[in-house]
Amino acid sequence: MASVPDTGFAAAENPFKRAFNAVPPAIWTLIVLIATWELLVELRNIPEFILPAPSVIVMEIITYWHRLWPNALVTLSEILFGFLCAVCIGVPLAVAIVYSRFMERGVYPLIVMSQTIPKVAIAPLLLTWFGYGMTPKIVIVILLSFFPIVINSVMGLKATTPEMLYLARSMGANGWEVFWKFRLPKALPSIFAGLKLATVLSVIGAIVAEFIGADKGLGYLILIAGANFDIARQFASIIMISVMGMLFFAALSRLERVAIPWREGGGLAGES
Amino acid sequence: MNAMPANDSLTTGLEAPGVLTPPHDPDAPGHVSIKGVNKIFRSRKGEVEALRAVDLDIKRGEFVSVLGPSGCGKSTLLMLLSGLLGRTSGDINVGGKEILKPNSDLGIVFQQDVLLEWRTALDNVLIQAELRKMDKKEALEKARALLRMVSLADFEDALPRELSGGMRQRVSICRALLHEPPLMLMDEPFGALDAMTRDQLQIDLLRLCSERDMTVFFITHSISEAIFLSDRVVVMTPRPGRIEQVFDIDLPRPRRLAMREDPKFLGYVHEITDIFKNLGVFREEY
Repeated sequence: MASVPDTGFAAAENPFKRAFNAVPPAIWTLIVLIATWELLVELRNIPEFILPAPSVIVMEIITYWHRLWPNALVTLSEILFGFLCAVCIGVPLAVAIVYSRFMERGVYPLIVMSQTIPKVAIAPLLLTWFGYGMTPKIVIVILLSFFPIVINSVMGLKATTPEMLYLARSMGANGWEVFWKFRLPKALPSIFAGLKLATVLSVIGAIVAEFIGADKGLGYLILIAGANFDIARQFASIIMISVMGMLFFAALSRLERVAIPWREGGGLAGES
Repeated sequence: MNAMPANDSLTTGLEAPGVLTPPHDPDAPGHVSIKGVNKIFRSRKGEVEALRAVDLDIKRGEFVSVLGPSGCGKSTLLMLLSGLLGRTSGDINVGGKEILKPNSDLGIVFQQDVLLEWRTALDNVLIQAELRKMDKKEALEKARALLRMVSLADFEDALPRELSGGMRQRVSICRALLHEPPLMLMDEPFGALDAMTRDQLQIDLLRLCSERDMTVFFITHSISEAIFLSDRVVVMTPRPGRIEQVFDIDLPRPRRLAMREDPKFLGYVHEITDIFKNLGVFREEY
């Protein structure tokens, strides 16, 4: 956020400039990119089954909405349910790791090591165990998103300085109060950084799971459209899933600002 | 800002700490008695002797500074006094009670302000009341009065990140004073502040102390800070920390910044500097 310091001089009043400044720069970049894409497809006569123009994709989203929407809901519920499970497992696990020597030395290293296993490689296995329903998708979402939640929560819960703990004890705080009034608030920024990372991974998890075996969901739509060389339909599904991911991330950033009002701005990739 | 009250008559009578109580009542709250205290840290790498045969009596209401080079065990002694750390041998009594577990009947200020960044200045002071289950209304009034006393009345609702280092440390001193502890432990509280802020905070601290009957155990690296603040200055040797000498500081209260140029003041500085030279803490010739 390196902006030029305000010199205090009134900028020249130019209505065009004002309209331009009203729109965030990133949106302008996006508009220019999409326009270039449209023009290139138009001018070079690129066939639709290689690269459809943005206008064609938008039309596809509209005409195909009756299939896109229900399938998006399926994927969304997998993402949200898996993510919530990961939070419910990850945060308490982090607390256990910080408070228990056994968990820290006997379990935590295994969790860290398990991260070298590519979760996508386990996906087919999960399919044979849990079938084609929702369960394997949710499990994969959990597997992918749970790790950053645990790691960041552990980091945050350990951020309490020795002085802070000494002080708490000298004020007569019991273990419960140390956790609620010192450790947890101190850990919140770090926990939220983990949650934001996890949102991105949970979307990936759901799509990958659907690629491997599904009969509904956006991942399934992408696969079917690909098999039919329906590139526009593929793009339509990709845009749906991207928008969903962005909204999820934005919602969490919003929640972060509500939960940590004492912090200016959030960590990780700024705000969407 | 932070002007001392012009009418000194307000503080006279309170400025000689300890006069209200018999000087040698070891059961008085805030009386500290340290006898033959040793502390050895044991780890896999071996033993480190931090403190050796430390004897010190601090009367109720006395301001005692401990002066010594880094690693001489000053902070360890403070931790032993608070009961947050156990001693290897010897006796420590505070207010007639032996210290065997963390003592919560005191206030602590560290070099870092240790403010909770999610709480406003006022709420940072009030955490003391919350944890001690003090009466809410009364605590709020006291916290406000304390903040007013250190010129932070307008910053009650400011978050720590909006405050300067000096302001933050003032908030942390208010927090340590809220429950009116008989004993205040301060571990280089002004060590991280710039020289001018430091001068101001020393004055603020003395003013707060003059208004209450409180023993202060103050750790510092600064010879002039120790002399300026204290009734007595304890000079410690490098590790293993022993008490080399104790100075009675015979300067009138209230202390004024100009006293630092007083010949008597400079005399103390010279004497203490010489001790550190003899101990090899300072070396001028190579």
